[in-house]
Amino acid sequence: MNLLSGQALCFSCDAQPILDGVDITLTGGEMLGLIGPNGAGKSTLLRLLAGAITADKGMLTLEGRPISTFTPRERARRIAYLPQMSEIAWPMSVERLVALGRIPHLEAWQHPGPYDTEIIDRVITETDLLPYRDRPFNTLSGGEQARAVLARAMVSEPDILLADEPVSALDPAHQLDVMTLLSKHCEAGHSVIVVLHDLNLAAHFCKRLKLLYRGRTLAEGDANQVLTPQNLEKAYAIEMNLSAGPSPAPFRLPWRRLNN
Amino acid sequence: MIAAMVQHRLLFSLGGLIILTALLSLLIGSQAIPLMDALHESFAGNTGIYGLILTELRIPRTLVALLAGASLGLCGAVMQSLLRNPLASPGLVGSASGAALGAVITLYFGLASLFTYALPLGGMIGALLATLTVYLLAGRDAGTLTLILAGVAVNAFTLALVSLLLNLAPSPYAVQEIALWMLGSLANISSNELWILLPGTLAGWMMIGRQGRSLDLLTFGEETASSMGAELPRLRRRLFLAVALAIGSAISVTGAIGFIGLVVPHLLRPLVGYQPSRLLVPSAMGGGLLLLLADIGVRLLPAQGEIKVGVVTALIGAPFFLWLIIQGKRSGL
Repeated sequence: MNLLSGQALCFSCDAQPILDGVDITLTGGEMLGLIGPNGAGKSTLLRLLAGAITADKGMLTLEGRPISTFTPRERARRIAYLPQMSEIAWPMSVERLVALGRIPHLEAWQHPGPYDTEIIDRVITETDLLPYRDRPFNTLSGGEQARAVLARAMVSEPDILLADEPVSALDPAHQLDVMTLLSKHCEAGHSVIVVLHDLNLAAHFCKRLKLLYRGRTLAEGDANQVLTPQNLEKAYAIEMNLSAGPSPAPFRLPWRRLNN
Repeated sequence: MIAAMVQHRLLFSLGGLIILTALLSLLIGSQAIPLMDALHESFAGNTGIYGLILTELRIPRTLVALLAGASLGLCGAVMQSLLRNPLASPGLVGSASGAALGAVITLYFGLASLFTYALPLGGMIGALLATLTVYLLAGRDAGTLTLILAGVAVNAFTLALVSLLLNLAPSPYAVQEIALWMLGSLANISSNELWILLPGTLAGWMMIGRQGRSLDLLTFGEETASSMGAELPRLRRRLFLAVALAIGSAISVTGAIGFIGLVVPHLLRPLVGYQPSRLLVPSAMGGGLLLLLADIGVRLLPAQGEIKVGVVTALIGAPFFLWLIIQGKRSGL
C-alpha cells in the first residue's frame, strides 16, 4: 500500500497554474528525488504534501485515508516539512530550536521527557551540530543553519520527511553527510521526498526520480530512465555531458546551454 | 534541565519583587497609614479611616496596577510572538485605540457621569469593535504584514475620531476631562474598577493560556508552523479576541498606558532563551511589576496634583526603547 498518494493535484496562484495535475506516490522506506527546473512546481508540490497549502483540485491520501481526516497534529507527527528557506524569528540556541521539533508529540503543558531528550541529542550528533548546540541560530553559517533546521525536522521522527533543497547551502562533505542521513532514515523504514538540483547527487542517492516540468510530471523512474538527454534538453534546455570511462556510476555534467 | 532552572529562578525573582513592591504600594500615598492599624481595622469589620483607605483605595489600586500591567506585558508578548516581530505592541490589533475611542465617546456624551460603568463598558465595546475591524479588514487567512498594515490603518482612523471628538467637545471642561483620561492614571481607582477589570482580564488570560506551543511553532514561519500542527486562522482569531478582552478591560479602567507592552517582553526575551511560550508568564509578571513601580513613582513625585502614570511610562519607556534598539543594532539583531 502506498504511504502517501496524490492524484491529479492542481494548484494555482493568481490564476497561474503552478501544479497542473500531478500524480505522486510514496511507499515506506523509499527515497524519492524530486528534480526539475526553477519554477517547475517542486516546492509547491512539497508544501501541498506538507499541509502548508491546500490543493485546488485532486485527492491526497495518507496511509490510505484522505489527508483531511487527520488533525493537523496527527499529520504533523507523520509528516515533517523542511522548507527551502527558513526564516527563524528569534535568535534561539540550536538545541532549543531543534527541541521545538518535538512539539507535535507533546501536550500543551507537557515538558520534554527523557525519550525526547535522547532523540534530540542523537539527531544533534548525527547532523554534526554538537559544537554549536548552545550557539544562537543567527550566528551560524549557512551550512550550519541548514543542518540545524534539518535536525528540527528529524527529531519529530516522521514517517515521511519532505526536504526542499536540504543540501544547497552545504559543502560537498556535508552534502554527502546529509544525503547519507536521509538514506539511513529510509533504511529505518521511513520515507523521504527530497528536492535536489544536483542531478548526480539525485542519481546517486535516490532509487526513484521524478522530473517535474511546468507543473506536470515529465518523467519518472530510475536515474537511467529519467536523466536521458531528451528529458534534460526539454526540462532544462541544456546539453549534458555523460561521463565515460572508469567510474562507479555514470555521472552527468551540465555542459552547454541550448538556445531556444 | 538548566533552561527549566533558569526559568524557575526568573519566576521566583519576579514573584518576590512583586510581593515587596505590592507591600510598598500599600504604604505609600498622600495619607500615611500605619499598616498594622489599617490591617487590624480592615479585619475587624472596620469603620476606621485607615482600614477604609486600605481596603477601598490602596488594595484596589495595587491590584489594578498589577492586573492591568500584567495584561499589557502578556499581550505584548503574545502579539510579538504571533506577528514574529519584536516591535509589535498589544495596541497593534486596535484594542487600545478602540478602547480609548469607546471611553472618550462616553465622556463626550456625558454618559460617564450618568452611570458608573458607562466608561469602562464603552471602552470594552470600542476595543472589541476595533479589533474585529482589523481582523475583518485583514481577512481570514491574512499574513503577518497584512495584519500589521490593517492594524496601523484602524489605529490611525480611531485616533482621528478621538481627535475629532476633542475638537468638537462642547466645553473646555469636557476637553480637559477627555485629555486627562487619555493620559492614563490609577489615581481614582476604587474596588468598583477592580470588579470591572477582572472578568475580561481573566477571560483573556485563559484564552491565551494554552497557546504557547503554537507561538513557539511560529518561530519557524507560518508555513512550517502549519506543517508542524499549528492551526493559524484559529490561533489568530483566539488571540485577537483574548487581547481585545484583556487590553480593552485594562485601558478602559486605567486610560492609555504606553510602552509596557512593548518594552517588557523585549527586555525579558533574552532571559528565557527567546522561546515564545516561556516568555508569556514572565512578561505578565514583569508588566504588572513595572506598572506598579511606575504608579508608586507617581505617588512619590512632588507635584501639584499627580503626574499621570501613563505619562511616566511613556516618558521613561520611549528613551529606554530607543536604547534597546541601539543595543540591538550593535549586537547585530
